[in-house]
Amino acid sequence: MPLTIDEYSVFFLYAAMAVYAAAFIAFALDLARRSAQVGAGNQVAVDGSVTTRERVLETVGARAGGSTTVASGSGSRGGVAATSATDGDAVTGASAGSTSGAKRSLSLRLGVGFTLIGFLLELTADVLRGIAASRVPWANMYEFSMTGTVLIVGVFLIVITRVDLRFLGTFITGLVLILLGISTVNYYVGVAPLPPALQSAWLVIHVFVASLGTAFFALGFALSGIQLLQYRRESITTGAKFLKLKFLASLPDSKRLENLAYRVNIVGFVFWTFTLIAGAVWAERAWGRYWGWDTKEVWTFIIWVIYAGYIHARATRGWRGSRSAVLAIIGFAAVLFNFGIVNVFFHGLHSYSGL
Amino acid sequence: MSRPSDHYDSPDPAASRAGVAPGDGAGDGSGGDIAQPRLGVVGWLRWFWRQLTSMRTALFLLLLLALAAVPGSLVPQRAADPNGVTQYFVDNPDLAPVLDKIQAFDVYTSVWFSSIYLLLFISLVGCVIPRAKHHFDALRAKPPRTPARLSRLAGFQKRTAEPGTNGAAAIESARALLRKQGYRAVVFTAPGANGSEVTSVSAERGYARETGNLVFHAALVGILITVGVGGGYGFSGQRVLVENGQTFVNTLSAFDSFNPGRFFSESSLTPYSMKLDKFTATYETKADGAFGQPLDYDAQVTTQERGQSDQQSDIKVNSPLRIGGTDVYLLGNGYAPTITVKDPSGTVVFTDSVPFLPQDASLTSVGVVKIPDGLADQLGMIGFFYPTQAVSTTGAFYSTYPDDDYPVLTLNVYDGDLGLNGGKPTSVYSLDTDTLTQLTGGTTGVKSIELKPGDTAQLPNGLGTISFDNVARYASLDIHHDPTQGFVLLFASLALLGLLISLFIPRRRVWVKATERADGTVTLEYAGLARGEDPRLVPAVAEIADRHAKLLSDRSTPESNA
Ligand code: HEM
Repeated sequence: MPLTIDEYSVFFLYAAMAVYAAAFIAFALDLARRSAQVGAGNQVAVDGSVTTRERVLETVGARAGGSTTVASGSGSRGGVAATSATDGDAVTGASAGSTSGAKRSLSLRLGVGFTLIGFLLELTADVLRGIAASRVPWANMYEFSMTGTVLIVGVFLIVITRVDLRFLGTFITGLVLILLGISTVNYYVGVAPLPPALQSAWLVIHVFVASLGTAFFALGFALSGIQLLQYRRESITTGAKFLKLKFLASLPDSKRLENLAYRVNIVGFVFWTFTLIAGAVWAERAWGRYWGWDTKEVWTFIIWVIYAGYIHARATRGWRGSRSAVLAIIGFAAVLFNFGIVNVFFHGLHSYSGL
Repeated sequence: MSRPSDHYDSPDPAASRAGVAPGDGAGDGSGGDIAQPRLGVVGWLRWFWRQLTSMRTALFLLLLLALAAVPGSLVPQRAADPNGVTQYFVDNPDLAPVLDKIQAFDVYTSVWFSSIYLLLFISLVGCVIPRAKHHFDALRAKPPRTPARLSRLAGFQKRTAEPGTNGAAAIESARALLRKQGYRAVVFTAPGANGSEVTSVSAERGYARETGNLVFHAALVGILITVGVGGGYGFSGQRVLVENGQTFVNTLSAFDSFNPGRFFSESSLTPYSMKLDKFTATYETKADGAFGQPLDYDAQVTTQERGQSDQQSDIKVNSPLRIGGTDVYLLGNGYAPTITVKDPSGTVVFTDSVPFLPQDASLTSVGVVKIPDGLADQLGMIGFFYPTQAVSTTGAFYSTYPDDDYPVLTLNVYDGDLGLNGGKPTSVYSLDTDTLTQLTGGTTGVKSIELKPGDTAQLPNGLGTISFDNVARYASLDIHHDPTQGFVLLFASLALLGLLISLFIPRRRVWVKATERADGTVTLEYAGLARGEDPRLVPAVAEIADRHAKLLSDRSTPESNA
């Protein structure tokens, strides 16, 4: 018997998972390699390129010379100018340094390559599922897990073309694998037609934007998590070994991580705000009231308020830094809770888990 | 003060503390409270107000609000799930009354939840008003003087202009360039070190960032107020309509249940009538996992507004009917078997289509028939309706498919006092069997009455006959009126717009300074300052410097040719 379209979709999904697993291993090897290099006293840049100990001394000399020319005439303040330039876009600074004969990491390149292949396979799986169902592939838990993870990986792949966050690969592929694992085992349902309550253009908009917001929050979560680790490493006196996570030395400093996390999280927040409003508009059409404190509405609201708190924390003296990072992490925990727990175990009108 | 004193960008209160208030700016939470000056009532009020409108309080209240919203998702809420609450009382007889005392079943209207958000909004207003005033002033003010030394600022660059460049002219072209890029720019001249003049342009852009922030916060207040007011003027009501049955007219008595807002008055009901002509439900018929799943519900109605001709419309789940200032939603549907009861002489004592409540996805439904008059005894009946009946191995009936392919009705008959005369309100959907004697079904040993459409059966004890004439569908409609929901949407959209502007439009200052040296050459300095998050400031300053250089060289080239 020939395979149905949905069976092809599942096949591609498993293939994607296998390739994501390979990507995860490659990214993890990269972190291990970073730790080893740092342990050996070499300098590792954000992009994973290594400058050996002898070279470190050389480049430091060369760079010092370089920065005086940039800010010609300003004498001793040249250093300041150079630093502020790095502040603005530290990543370009770091990768520029790596062109001078530093070794680029094979494992990191493999990781990104596998992630891209996995992404294309999963995207195929997702599109096939949509074709099999003749509608958007995000109408039950199994389908949102698939579309949501496609978006997480997609956002990651797009963001790394602009800012070098490839070091988050382990986290991203790991998270996606866990989500897909849970969803294929627990949430799989065959193709089913949409019940009348879900037959709306708002399903397309509201759920898609929510998933997109989630993808950004996931990146922000990873960055805030590393920020906290990095901050601990920075505040421990030099020489002390922290958790053996030596690769942290190759990552941006906690301040830079915080700024990156903020930039990602505010994008997520805007999408989430839109989700909230679109959800209310849809609820008005489907249930006759735009807001009724249904469990799912409650959790969407809670998440929104937590992230509003995070944005405020960033602007409040004494809360910038680690405290605000903790709020971002709580926010993402609430996002996962909303998806994984509220959908399945809580009662409410949003009974669309398909389970 | 434009922003709360504990805003990250405000001057550090520890540095500027004037000893005005206790605990003011206790950024680290330690010390601070020693040797406070005595404060009068006004002083304390002021202090309290400043605390309330500080960033830290806003943050605290926000987090508290998130936390306080949680319990309402754990315990059923009266407003959203009244049956869940009743069930909760049955399941947890000891805990439920305690929870009820602390308003755990009405979290979102509870005193404690309301106080949190009201405090938050007072804080918000207290925060926004002074900021709005400050921002209004800033909008009319000129950018500040160019700092004496730019070299410490972001993206600092120093370039030497081509020979023959005039300092003032170079600054003029910089000003034009900045203005084109949306900056507000002012030129300053100051005496230089060696008698020459230092000309500079000071420019600022992104005032919209603060405007957006204020619009966002003000829109939140707008939402709160309109929601509060709208709830008061609106109403929501429910009504069950049976196919080809009674006509609904939009008056209070025609609703099965009705929840008016606080300021509702009956005169605001626009008269119109509505009749359900046909209800169509379509189900999945393919025998895969989704067999029997609903695909479409369609309530075809005829409506008439005063002085107008009849109109046919469809009401569907995601497409309500907007009529006479109300919105009519299709929220549920089910079966209403038409039942006729006659006394032994053949006189009809009851005939009606009785709406039954669906119990499962295959629409096994339960309903109650009450016959208070006309027979020798008061009769009550609990009916079970199976749209597509099947018999399980244990002999129990169930329904295999929601459409009425093989409809069967069974009835358990009770006689006794129906309790209708005591004046106590009773639900048409439930029968209090405590005061009744069961005559058929259950443990009585008499088989329940079992009917297919068109069948007639004898009632027990020779009371009369009962017939099941046919099955009709009913639609349960929610009829709402909320005069302010358009405004809520407007404010929500404004909030989103304000948010986008305030998060993504950078507010920045840029300076260009021209210094003429003794040898006649002109040095140009460029620098910027971020006001709030501005990751692209440094590249932006560099770009301005490049463009400016290009402008200057473009201009000097034709001149030297001439
Ligand atoms: C209902 C309560 C509130 C919510 C949901 C909320 C939400 C937000 C959000 C989402 C932002 C970031 C977007 C923007 O800059 O416009 C923000 C910024 C801000 N909010 Fe609120 N806010 C609330 C109450 C308050 C209160 C009471 C204050 C005053 C104490 C306040 C002061 C500020 C300030 C100063 C900023 C700018 C932050 C910055 O400079 O980065 N907000 N608020």
